[in-house]
Formats: sequence, C-alpha cells, structure tokens
Amino acid sequence: MRLSADTPSTPPPAPTRLDLLSAMLKIRAYEEQIVAFHAAGPFPNVCTSVGQEAAAVGVVSALRAEDQILTNHRSAGHLLARGADPGRMLAEVMGRSTGYCQGRSGTLHISVKELGVVLTSTIVGGELSLAPGVALSRAMLGGEGIVVCFFGDGAACEGIFHESLNLASVWNLPVLYVCENNQWQAFVHRTETMKGDFVAPWAAPYGIESLTVDGNDVEAVRKAALQAAAQVRETRRPFLLEAWTYRQRGHMEPHDQSYVDPAELEAWLAKDPIARLEARLLADGELTTASLEALHAQARHAIDAAAEFATSSPYPDLSDLAAGVYA
Amino acid sequence: MTQMTFHDAVEAALHEEMARDPRVLMFGEGTATKRKGLLKAFGPARVRNTPLAEGIITGTAAGAAATGLRPVVDLTFAPFLCFAMDELVNSAGKLRYMSGGQFSFPMVALAMTGGGWSVGAQHNHNLEAWFVHAPGLKVVMPSTPADAKGLMKAAIRDENPVLFFMDIGLLFTPGDVPGEEAGDETMVPLGQAAICREGTDVTLISYAKTVHACLAAAETLAGQGVSAEVVDLRTLKPLDEATILASVRRTGRAVIVHEASRLCGVGAEIAALISEQAFESLKAPLVRLTGPDAPVSASYPLEQAFAPQADAIAEAARQLAARNLEAAPIW
Repeated sequence: MRLSADTPSTPPPAPTRLDLLSAMLKIRAYEEQIVAFHAAGPFPNVCTSVGQEAAAVGVVSALRAEDQILTNHRSAGHLLARGADPGRMLAEVMGRSTGYCQGRSGTLHISVKELGVVLTSTIVGGELSLAPGVALSRAMLGGEGIVVCFFGDGAACEGIFHESLNLASVWNLPVLYVCENNQWQAFVHRTETMKGDFVAPWAAPYGIESLTVDGNDVEAVRKAALQAAAQVRETRRPFLLEAWTYRQRGHMEPHDQSYVDPAELEAWLAKDPIARLEARLLADGELTTASLEALHAQARHAIDAAAEFATSSPYPDLSDLAAGVYA
Repeated sequence: MTQMTFHDAVEAALHEEMARDPRVLMFGEGTATKRKGLLKAFGPARVRNTPLAEGIITGTAAGAAATGLRPVVDLTFAPFLCFAMDELVNSAGKLRYMSGGQFSFPMVALAMTGGGWSVGAQHNHNLEAWFVHAPGLKVVMPSTPADAKGLMKAAIRDENPVLFFMDIGLLFTPGDVPGEEAGDETMVPLGQAAICREGTDVTLISYAKTVHACLAAAETLAGQGVSAEVVDLRTLKPLDEATILASVRRTGRAVIVHEASRLCGVGAEIAALISEQAFESLKAPLVRLTGPDAPVSASYPLEQAFAPQADAIAEAARQLAARNLEAAPIW
C-alpha cells in the first residue's frame, strides 16, 4: 500500500454484527487448524490467540485502510481481521515460500506490508520500541493515518513500554496503544508481576489518556476502539486502550495449562467472546441455529482451503538461505 | 580542500545530506543542543533532542527507517549501545530478512569510543566486533576527517543499518577534507579499505586510531630498511577482503592491529581470512597486536597503554621481516 499525503481518509463501511462474528469465527477456525496440525505431527511451536478474538476484531474493524498496525507473537487475529489470506499465513507458519515473508518469519513475526501490518516483533516489547518511529514517519511524511500497536500485559512490564509511551507523548505521535491484557505473561500470571490489575493507569503519568474495555465483548471493543482511534486521529497524540481478556490456551503449542487455576479458566471460558456474541445474536433473532451452523461451516471451509494451499506449497530453495539479508 | 576536525567533518556530511534529502533527520541525547548549526538550518522537526533512553531512540529510528524516513541517531558513547542491542540487532538487523524483504532499514547509529578522554570503561569500550557478528548490519570506523565525512555520506545513503563508530582520540584532530563543491567525489563507499602507505616487506592492517600508530611505525621501519604497507580497513563490515588479501600476497607478512580486545576481535577474523585464502603467500606467522581482555582504565597512562603503540608495531614488523618461511608445501 503506497501511503502519501493525499491519501484520502475514508471510514470503511461499518461491519454488521454478523460480520464481526464471521471474522472471529475465521480466527478461531484458523487457530484450531494450527492446533490440529500441531497435534498431528511435527509442526512449529505456535502461540495461538484463542480467546482474544474480540480484541483483534473489535480494534481492527475500527481502523481505516491508511492506518498501520504493529503486532506481536500472538498476531493471527490481527492479521486475519485486517484481511490477510489465511493460506499465505499458514504457509508462512509452515515455512513455505508462498508465505507472506517467504517462510523466513514463521509464525512469530508475520508482517504484511500491503495491508499496513508493519514490523511485527516477537521480542516482547519490540513492537513498542518500533511504534513511535512508524508514527514519526506518519507525522513527518503526511497522511491521515494513525499507528496501532498491539501488545500484552507482559510487554507492559518491559522498560521499553515506558520509554515508548514517554517519547510518543513528548513528540505528539499518533499511536493508538492497544494492550490485550490476557492475564498471562508467558508462564506467569500477571498477579505475580504487577501490583495493580490494569495497565491503563500507567498511561496517565506520561500525559496519555486511556480507556479499559471488556475485551471479550467485540461490540464494546469496537465502540471503544472507534472512540480511541478518532481521538488519536484528531489530536495526533497517543492513546492507550486496554482490552481485558484471557488467553484460553497455554503460552504456546504443545498446549499445557497445568499451571493454570482451573476455576479461573472455567470462569473465563464462560465469557468466551464468540459464544457471547452468538448468544446475543440468537436472542435478538439475528441468527438461527441453522444460520449459525452455516457461518461455522463457512469459516471452516475457508481454513480448509487455506490448509490445502499451505501444505501443497513448496519450501524455499536452499540456495536462498542467506539471500535478502541486505538491501 | 579545507582543514577541519573529524568531528566537524561528520557534521559537514550530516549538513550536506540533510540539505540533499528531506527524509534525513537526526535525533539523540543532546543532538539539538549540541548541533546548533543543523538545528538552525533544518529546524526542530528534523534535529531533535530525546530522553536519555537508547532503546527507544534506536527503536524509533528503526520504525521510522522502515516506513520512509532516513534517521541518524546519536547514541553518544559506545557502551550505551548495550541499551539498544534489541533494536539494533533484533529489529534493524533482522527484520528485513525475516519479513521476506518487505522492509529495509536505512539508518545510521553514531557512537564514540576509544581512549582519549579518560572516561573509563562504561564510556569507552571498542565493541565494534559485536556488530560485525550481527547479520544485517554494516559497521564503519574511520581514521581521518576526510573518510569520516565520506563514509557518513555513504552511510546515510545506504539502504541498510550502519553503525558508525567515532574514535574519541581522533575527534579533534584536523585533516584535509573535500568541501561540498566536490559533490559526490567526497563519498567514500562502504566496504572499501584504503592503502595509506605502500610497501613490500610487511602489511600493517588496522582501523581508527591505530592506523596512525601503524603509519608512524612504517616511517620508523623505513629508516631501518623495512618497507611496510599500511591498510586502513575503514569499513569493518562489509570487509574489503580483496584489498587485505592482495596486500598480504604481495608482502607475505602481516601485523593486524586494533585497540579493541583480542579475543574474537576483528583481527581474529582477518587472521582467519588470510590463513584460509593466502596461506601459501605467507613468509611468517601472522601477528595480532590488540588491547587486552580487560575493561579500559580511566587512568590516562593506562588508557593510552590499552591501544597498541607505534614502537610495538614496528618491533613486531621488524621481527616478521627477519623471518622468511620456506614456501614449500607442508601437506
């Protein structure tokens, strides 16, 4: 995507509630495919975003084409919500040459420049270190776009989180910081590493406004993200949006939650973002059991096709081992 | 030609490149405070002070470089690069390859190092080899004001991240520098070593301040009947292997000299290169003269003694010149 000062700032058409559900179902189906691949045999270790679909879809649906996204190791939701092809994503995870990064990234650092998904870093906090620079380009080269940076409560405990917010505030950079507080920092619960429950209060000392939202309610996230993005767009200043959510699986595949309190897990599974929207739509008469089943099948088919594309894609040529290190 | 210091030559290069390309900007700790000329010429949007926070300075440069700007960041003293390692090594150095070539990182990170100011080991540490070892980065360490200007211009125009090390001991040494009227003639391409003095008996290979020690040693050696060639690497990565090998093949002897510590230093790589590719030309074993495996002392005499001195270089070269291994193959 070529960005320039004359790029028009056009709000995309508002998605329907069914669109939001479909987007979340596609992410869930994608992650379930990853889990199935992993269970079936040798497969790269992958960090899934199961349970965090509402945060991804709610925020990304509030963005415009000219906006840019930085994400992290748990990025499938952000990429798919932005319109990435699940086939090319799976191919990347599987190290195939048809992947978005020609198989050089693997699962952990997929970037898709053409969709404005720039500079994924899997060093926790790396995305926070890069975001002000992307926003500085926006500020100096023109254009209406804003920069959205997804990170977690774990990254917020890195020093670079504080350096990033401080600089973005001092330099008036249009960064929408989105903290997906999923309660887990790799293998450690956030209650062991943070005194408070929320990250959002850490914004105010840097002169940054913040908002915390139920991250498992996609409609609430979308509403909050529209408000936050509008503020960044208008003020050209940073804002911090915290989505309160939960990582439903272990830190990575192979799945292990032996260290997770079963009561906590059960409570959060009862708040599953997809089930919640489905129940709402069924209650409101926007869905029937049959039409819901059709949406599930649609998502499943899309991912089946993606899996077929990825598994039939070739590996990169070995002669490319050290190609493309330098520009 | 104009006489100017190394420091002023770097500033002249920055000025010329910022005037040429509006995407070039500079920020760092005290950049706007210290570089008043740049600030006046290009304004506060392009010449910025930052917090004392090397991580975010460098991450911001990498993010900006990947999305259309060409930042130069001043990280001041080289040991502070430890706070910017993730951003330099994991982001700027790797993300081009890892993204399948979607992004490039045209940025320059500036840092001072080397003995001269008695600032001690947390402000003076010749750690250039760390970055030579990191994929995706380029590393420059000039020895003269003219090269400093020419290499800075080339570094800013390069599409890759460049570490630009300035030897503290050379910062205020004046030298002849081509002016702006020389245009692109002032450019010194990355990856090209210079032969600063031609000779036939031994090659002295070095970079930064110890190039001057090698030149002084060569002068002494000339009076003693030993003809020494002096190679200034100028760029440590990419390394100008052809110039090194061609010189050693002519002389058959090499003394490799740098201020940085010996173990896994740049000199080790050069010695390996010569051993692998010019072994048959050697008339004597290779010699390395380097700093010790120790932090640099703040005490001035100890700090100065850290770097190899001209008399030691001359003595090593004299001993080598006296040796003449039979070229008969031993295999």
